[in-house]
Amino acid sequence: MTVEQGIINKLNENFQLSYLEVLNESHMHNVPANAETHFKVTIVSSDFDGKRLIQRQRLVNQLLSAELAGPVHALAQHTYTPEEWNKKNSISPESPNCLGGGSK
Amino acid sequence: METIDKIKEQIAEHPVLLYMKGSPKLPSCGFSAQTVQALMNCGEQFAYVDILLNPDIRSELPKFADWPTFPQLWIKGELIGGCDIILEMFQQGELQPLLKEAAVKSEDEVK
Repeated sequence: MTVEQGIINKLNENFQLSYLEVLNESHMHNVPANAETHFKVTIVSSDFDGKRLIQRQRLVNQLLSAELAGPVHALAQHTYTPEEWNKKNSISPESPNCLGGGSK
Repeated sequence: METIDKIKEQIAEHPVLLYMKGSPKLPSCGFSAQTVQALMNCGEQFAYVDILLNPDIRSELPKFADWPTFPQLWIKGELIGGCDIILEMFQQGELQPLLKEAAVKSEDEVK
Protein backbone atom coordinates (compact mmCIF):
# COMPACT_ATOMS: atom_id res chain seq x y z
CA MET A 1 0.00 0.00 0.00
CA THR A 2 1.27 3.50 -0.77
CA VAL A 3 1.91 6.00 2.02
CA GLU A 4 -0.84 8.15 0.51
CA GLN A 5 -3.40 5.34 0.70
CA GLY A 6 -2.35 4.61 4.29
CA ILE A 7 -2.97 8.23 5.25
CA ILE A 8 -6.38 8.21 3.55
CA ASN A 9 -7.38 4.99 5.31
CA LYS A 10 -6.35 6.19 8.77
CA LEU A 11 -8.14 9.52 8.42
CA ASN A 12 -11.26 7.77 7.11
CA GLU A 13 -11.30 5.30 9.96
CA ASN A 14 -10.73 7.85 12.72
CA PHE A 15 -12.65 10.95 11.74
CA GLN A 16 -16.29 11.62 10.97
CA LEU A 17 -15.47 13.20 7.62
CA SER A 18 -17.51 15.65 5.58
CA TYR A 19 -14.65 16.10 3.14
CA LEU A 20 -11.14 14.73 2.73
CA GLU A 21 -8.43 15.55 0.25
CA VAL A 22 -4.94 14.08 0.47
CA LEU A 23 -2.48 15.55 -2.02
CA ASN A 24 0.99 14.20 -2.62
CA GLU A 25 2.98 17.39 -3.18
CA SER A 26 6.37 15.73 -3.21
CA HIS A 27 6.89 16.72 -6.84
CA MET A 28 7.12 20.34 -5.66
CA HIS A 29 10.28 19.47 -3.74
CA ASN A 30 13.80 18.28 -4.34
CA VAL A 31 13.10 14.55 -3.98
CA PRO A 32 13.16 11.54 -6.33
CA ALA A 33 10.29 10.98 -8.77
CA ASN A 34 7.30 9.16 -7.23
CA ALA A 35 8.49 10.06 -3.73
CA GLU A 36 5.95 10.19 -0.92
CA THR A 37 7.55 12.77 1.36
CA HIS A 38 5.42 15.92 1.21
CA PHE A 39 1.67 15.84 1.67
CA LYS A 40 -1.15 18.29 2.04
CA VAL A 41 -4.34 17.17 3.71
CA THR A 42 -7.61 19.03 3.87
CA ILE A 43 -9.90 17.56 6.50
CA VAL A 44 -13.42 18.72 7.19
CA SER A 45 -14.98 17.07 10.19
CA SER A 46 -17.45 17.82 12.94
CA ASP A 47 -14.88 16.20 15.25
CA PHE A 48 -13.09 19.57 15.14
CA ASP A 49 -16.05 21.48 16.64
CA GLY A 50 -14.88 23.52 19.61
CA LYS A 51 -11.22 22.59 19.17
CA ARG A 52 -8.42 25.08 18.58
CA LEU A 53 -6.28 24.66 15.47
CA ILE A 54 -3.36 23.28 17.42
CA GLN A 55 -5.59 20.70 19.10
CA ARG A 56 -6.94 19.60 15.73
CA GLN A 57 -3.48 19.22 14.26
CA ARG A 58 -2.27 17.35 17.31
CA LEU A 59 -5.04 14.79 16.71
CA VAL A 60 -3.87 14.35 13.12
CA ASN A 61 -0.20 14.24 14.10
CA GLN A 62 -0.90 11.52 16.66
CA LEU A 63 -2.88 9.50 14.17
CA LEU A 64 -0.12 9.77 11.58
CA SER A 65 2.82 9.60 13.98
CA ALA A 66 4.29 6.52 12.30
CA GLU A 67 4.22 8.21 8.89
CA LEU A 68 5.73 11.42 10.31
CA ALA A 69 8.48 9.49 12.07
CA GLY A 70 9.16 7.58 8.87
CA PRO A 71 8.72 8.54 5.22
CA VAL A 72 6.73 11.76 5.57
CA HIS A 73 8.83 14.89 5.85
CA ALA A 74 6.17 17.58 5.56
CA LEU A 75 2.45 17.48 6.26
CA ALA A 76 0.47 20.62 5.53
CA GLN A 77 -2.82 20.42 7.40
CA HIS A 78 -5.96 22.40 6.73
CA THR A 79 -8.51 21.38 9.32
CA TYR A 80 -12.02 22.78 9.33
CA THR A 81 -15.40 22.17 10.82
CA PRO A 82 -18.18 21.82 8.22
CA GLU A 83 -19.37 25.33 9.12
CA GLU A 84 -15.88 26.87 8.63
CA TRP A 85 -15.48 24.98 5.36
CA ASN A 86 -18.73 26.49 4.04
CA LYS A 87 -17.52 29.98 4.98
CA LYS A 88 -14.30 29.31 3.09
CA ASN A 89 -16.31 28.36 0.00
CA SER A 90 -14.68 24.94 0.14
CA ILE A 91 -11.20 26.16 -0.81
CA SER A 92 -8.07 25.30 1.16
CA PRO A 93 -4.82 27.33 0.79
CA GLU A 94 -2.04 26.49 -1.66
CA SER A 95 1.22 25.10 -0.29
CA PRO A 96 4.36 27.21 -0.74
CA ASN A 97 7.10 26.45 -3.21
CA CYS A 98 10.20 24.64 -2.04
CA LEU A 99 13.25 26.73 -1.16
CA GLY A 100 15.62 23.81 -1.06
CA GLY A 101 16.63 23.64 2.59
CA GLY A 102 14.56 20.77 3.80
CA SER A 103 16.81 17.74 3.42
CA LYS A 104 15.87 15.27 6.12
CA MET B 1 24.26 22.93 28.56
CA GLU B 2 21.90 20.10 27.71
CA THR B 3 19.91 20.76 24.55
CA ILE B 4 16.62 20.46 26.39
CA ASP B 5 17.72 23.12 28.92
CA LYS B 6 18.84 25.35 26.09
CA ILE B 7 15.40 25.05 24.49
CA LYS B 8 13.61 25.78 27.76
CA GLU B 9 15.80 28.82 28.32
CA GLN B 10 15.17 30.16 24.80
CA ILE B 11 11.44 29.73 25.16
CA ALA B 12 11.43 31.39 28.57
CA GLU B 13 13.57 34.35 27.50
CA HIS B 14 11.90 35.21 24.20
CA PRO B 15 8.18 36.01 24.29
CA VAL B 16 7.90 35.50 20.53
CA LEU B 17 10.24 32.87 19.16
CA LEU B 18 10.23 31.16 15.79
CA TYR B 19 12.11 27.94 15.19
CA MET B 20 12.64 27.86 11.44
CA LYS B 21 14.76 26.66 8.55
CA GLY B 22 17.10 29.47 7.55
CA SER B 23 16.72 33.07 8.69
CA PRO B 24 13.90 35.59 8.23
CA LYS B 25 15.95 37.30 5.50
CA LEU B 26 16.93 34.02 3.85
CA PRO B 27 14.46 31.27 4.69
CA SER B 28 15.41 27.80 3.43
CA CYS B 29 11.93 26.33 3.30
CA GLY B 30 8.67 27.57 1.82
CA PHE B 31 6.72 26.88 5.01
CA SER B 32 9.22 28.84 7.10
CA ALA B 33 9.14 31.66 4.54
CA GLN B 34 5.35 31.93 4.66
CA THR B 35 5.36 31.97 8.45
CA VAL B 36 7.99 34.73 8.56
CA GLN B 37 5.94 36.72 6.05
CA ALA B 38 2.85 36.52 8.23
CA LEU B 39 4.82 37.57 11.31
CA MET B 40 6.43 40.50 9.50
CA ASN B 41 3.06 41.62 8.15
CA CYS B 42 1.94 41.97 11.75
CA GLY B 43 4.64 44.60 12.24
CA GLU B 44 5.92 43.15 15.49
CA GLN B 45 9.44 41.93 16.11
CA PHE B 46 10.36 38.38 16.94
CA ALA B 47 13.35 36.22 17.78
CA TYR B 48 14.31 33.16 15.77
CA VAL B 49 16.46 30.06 15.83
CA ASP B 50 17.75 28.54 12.58
CA ILE B 51 17.39 24.82 13.18
CA LEU B 52 19.55 23.98 10.16
CA LEU B 53 22.46 25.51 12.11
CA ASN B 54 21.37 23.82 15.33
CA PRO B 55 20.94 20.11 14.60
CA ASP B 56 20.68 19.29 18.31
CA ILE B 57 17.65 21.54 18.67
CA ARG B 58 16.23 20.19 15.42
CA SER B 59 16.27 16.67 16.82
CA GLU B 60 15.20 17.46 20.43
CA LEU B 61 12.52 20.13 20.02
CA PRO B 62 9.92 17.94 18.26
CA LYS B 63 9.95 15.55 21.23
CA PHE B 64 9.76 18.34 23.81
CA ALA B 65 7.00 20.12 21.88
CA ASP B 66 5.18 16.94 20.87
CA TRP B 67 5.12 18.52 17.41
CA PRO B 68 6.86 16.73 14.55
CA THR B 69 7.63 19.51 12.06
CA PHE B 70 9.09 22.99 11.56
CA PRO B 71 8.54 25.90 11.65
CA GLN B 72 7.24 26.23 15.21
CA LEU B 73 6.03 29.51 16.67
CA TRP B 74 6.23 29.86 20.44
CA ILE B 75 4.55 32.78 22.19
CA LYS B 76 5.09 33.31 25.91
CA GLY B 77 6.26 29.78 26.44
CA GLU B 78 3.43 28.13 24.54
CA LEU B 79 3.53 26.43 21.16
CA ILE B 80 1.05 28.21 18.92
CA GLY B 81 1.59 26.08 15.84
CA GLY B 82 3.29 25.67 12.49
CA CYS B 83 2.83 27.32 9.13
CA ASP B 84 -0.79 26.32 8.45
CA ILE B 85 -1.97 27.48 11.87
CA ILE B 86 -0.06 30.77 11.79
CA LEU B 87 -1.36 31.64 8.32
CA GLU B 88 -4.92 30.77 9.25
CA MET B 89 -4.68 32.87 12.43
CA PHE B 90 -3.17 35.75 10.45
CA GLN B 91 -5.98 35.64 7.91
CA GLN B 92 -8.57 35.54 10.69
CA GLY B 93 -6.94 38.56 12.38
CA GLU B 94 -6.01 36.55 15.47
CA LEU B 95 -2.23 36.66 15.14
CA GLN B 96 -1.54 40.37 15.45
CA PRO B 97 -3.22 40.93 18.84
CA LEU B 98 -1.45 37.87 20.19
CA LEU B 99 1.93 39.23 19.09
CA LYS B 100 1.20 42.71 20.32
CA GLU B 101 0.23 41.46 23.70
CA ALA B 102 3.41 39.43 24.02
CA ALA B 103 5.33 42.76 24.22
CA VAL B 104 8.20 41.85 21.98
CA LYS B 105 11.69 43.05 22.69
CA SER B 106 13.94 42.35 19.75
CA GLU B 107 14.35 40.70 16.40
CA ASP B 108 17.52 38.82 17.10
CA GLU B 109 19.06 35.54 16.25
CA VAL B 110 19.21 33.59 19.47
CA LYS B 111 22.74 32.56 20.32
